[in-house]
Amino acid sequence: MHHFLFGIYPYIALTVLIFGSIARYESEPFTWKSSSSQLLRRRQLIIGSVLFHVGVLVIFFGHLIGLLTPIWVFDALGISHGAKQLLAVIAGGVAGVMALVGGGILFHRRWTDPRIRRTSSFADIGILALLLAQLVLGVGTIFVSLQHLDGHEMTRFMAWAQGIFTFDGQAASYIEDVALVFKLHLFLGLTIFLLFPFTRLVHMLSVPLRYLWRPGYQIVRSRRKTPAE
Amino acid sequence: MKVRAQIGMVLNLDKCIGCHTCSVTCKNVWTSRDGVEYAWFNNVETKPGVGYPKDWENQKRWNGGWERTRSGKLQPKQGAKWRILANIFGNPDLPEIDDYYEPFDFDYDHLKSAPEMEAFPTARPRSKISGERMEKIEHGPNWEEILGGEFSKRSKDYNFEGVQKDIYGEYENTFMMYLPRLCEHCLNPACAASCPSGAIYKREEDGIVLIDQEKCRGWRMCVSGCPYKKVYYNWESGKSEKCTLCYPRIESGNPTVCSETCVGRIRYLGVILYDADKIDSAANTPADKDLYDAQLDVFLDPHDPAVIEAARADGVPEDWIKAARQSPIWKMAMEWKLAFPLHPEYRTLPMVWYIPPLSPIQNAAEAGKIGHDGQMPDVRSLRIPVRYLANMLTAGDEEPIVQALERMSAMRSYMRAKTVDGVIDEAIAERVGLSGRVIEDMYKIMALADYEDRFVIPTTHREQVEDAYDLRGGCGFTDGNACSTGISEGSLFGGKRKALKMPEAM
Repeated sequence: MHHFLFGIYPYIALTVLIFGSIARYESEPFTWKSSSSQLLRRRQLIIGSVLFHVGVLVIFFGHLIGLLTPIWVFDALGISHGAKQLLAVIAGGVAGVMALVGGGILFHRRWTDPRIRRTSSFADIGILALLLAQLVLGVGTIFVSLQHLDGHEMTRFMAWAQGIFTFDGQAASYIEDVALVFKLHLFLGLTIFLLFPFTRLVHMLSVPLRYLWRPGYQIVRSRRKTPAE
Repeated sequence: MKVRAQIGMVLNLDKCIGCHTCSVTCKNVWTSRDGVEYAWFNNVETKPGVGYPKDWENQKRWNGGWERTRSGKLQPKQGAKWRILANIFGNPDLPEIDDYYEPFDFDYDHLKSAPEMEAFPTARPRSKISGERMEKIEHGPNWEEILGGEFSKRSKDYNFEGVQKDIYGEYENTFMMYLPRLCEHCLNPACAASCPSGAIYKREEDGIVLIDQEKCRGWRMCVSGCPYKKVYYNWESGKSEKCTLCYPRIESGNPTVCSETCVGRIRYLGVILYDADKIDSAANTPADKDLYDAQLDVFLDPHDPAVIEAARADGVPEDWIKAARQSPIWKMAMEWKLAFPLHPEYRTLPMVWYIPPLSPIQNAAEAGKIGHDGQMPDVRSLRIPVRYLANMLTAGDEEPIVQALERMSAMRSYMRAKTVDGVIDEAIAERVGLSGRVIEDMYKIMALADYEDRFVIPTTHREQVEDAYDLRGGCGFTDGNACSTGISEGSLFGGKRKALKMPEAM
């Protein structure tokens, strides 16, 4: 069971994430959107949304860099495992609380405001609830981590995550005996990956950074085969 | 010089009767769907008033349109690109739906399904968003219809800038006019500039500004970017929508629905050739008051052989060049100087222009004291203050407005002399810098306003760009429904399919 959940399930989740997103982008581009509800109710949205998004972005990149950077890079930079873990706990803790507060505000708004509630789909409410649960679990792991600050356990997660991406068949065994809260956090995280293409989360793949480099402001499209440029 | 063609529109406010036929036919065609009940791609406002959405003209509040920065750069008023992206999680300039109005319907079914009761059954309003009972409707799409509401509220109208407005609250001095509004299909659209996804584009061949529904991600920056508040966020589909200038009709040479159905025959459609290379500098003209002239300078004279040659070189089809020469828009905006852009100070270079309305003479009651400028009444003593119109149409520059009103007034005098007295009085025409022949042309186009004079619309040349053979069996406009037969009700990815009843086995 452990091997399935942490050795095979990650591949299922990531495969669905990748191919599901491609399928959605290809076949239903009209549904690819951020689903903003700001028009319907401004109250609570700006503060909630900003806290939530900034928090989640910090956490996301923290996980991405923290888990997938090979451990020798940190060793070469002279960052001890303990220091790295402390950094993760502090940065992740602050961002986690931000995201949790913001997400809490957004959930309250979505659940109690009749306009937003009525116009929410099951997926809208469900994915927000799952993200909140994941944030609670994530912040909860901090208390476990604080009991062993040497960073040893953290390196096991790094080995696992890197093992998954390097198709290491033994990956799951590296985290065999970690605390339950970590396992729940990992499982829920993978589940969110699995659900990703079927929810509004896809909007994160459309981060419009290209806008910053787009030449000029205006866009003109032509149907002529040879534009008059 | 880079010549492009645009279908422009002129609305002759002098003849608008405020019947809302344009708005209603537009709504029936384009926005009678979930999520855009509140949206009116075309609406008619009674001025003075704060309009729809409330106070839309006040860019100090909404930050729509463009601004020229102190260093002389032109950027969206809501901020440069990094600033717009920084606001993506929560857009501080986005109106709430209550700034438009909460859409509602009535419980009509109750009228026939109510049980026998003491009181007569009524149809009470219900929100189209939450489905909940609305005890009181606080606002609507045309809340200020014919000066509805208190003057203190209506007089927040931005166009009162620099006008001693208190006297217009008095019954004797009241004035009003109608302002039908739609997307301006600007030469320098602020919506397109604000769109982080790059989903909004201007069509090279006819200048129509459209939103690519499959590329729109609902970042909603266009809604706040547009100073006319003519981009609407569809809360059901999560995409922004706007007036399409009825492009399927325009492409086939038909007028837009609003123009076709206008009972006052106030709307004109025609081709304007413009120099795309001049757009940036025109929109970045230092003084607001010079923006109107700067935009005139962007337009190209379709009678000029050099322009015609350049247009051909840039791929403008021959019949479009011909249509540009017959364009009523060109005549009204450029030759007669009767039509003006709506709020040029937003620096969007709008392409839906307006002919200001004449109004009764303010002091007519005080017999004999009517201000006269020689033989004609002084247009400055008309009931609608010139400054008010100037604030709306020329960024406060009164001279062009005065000239236009004088010319329209002269047209009436000239035609009255001709048809009633049987006298051709060239002096009337000369006084306003026109000739009798021009005035008769004005009369034909503006007063008689025959269909073929109002709408000079060349068809699109899709045959030059598409192989019709590849299009056979296509599915036309499916609104994101792809080519679905509608058999499956829901989509795995959250899209909605329209139910199409398929025949079933008996």
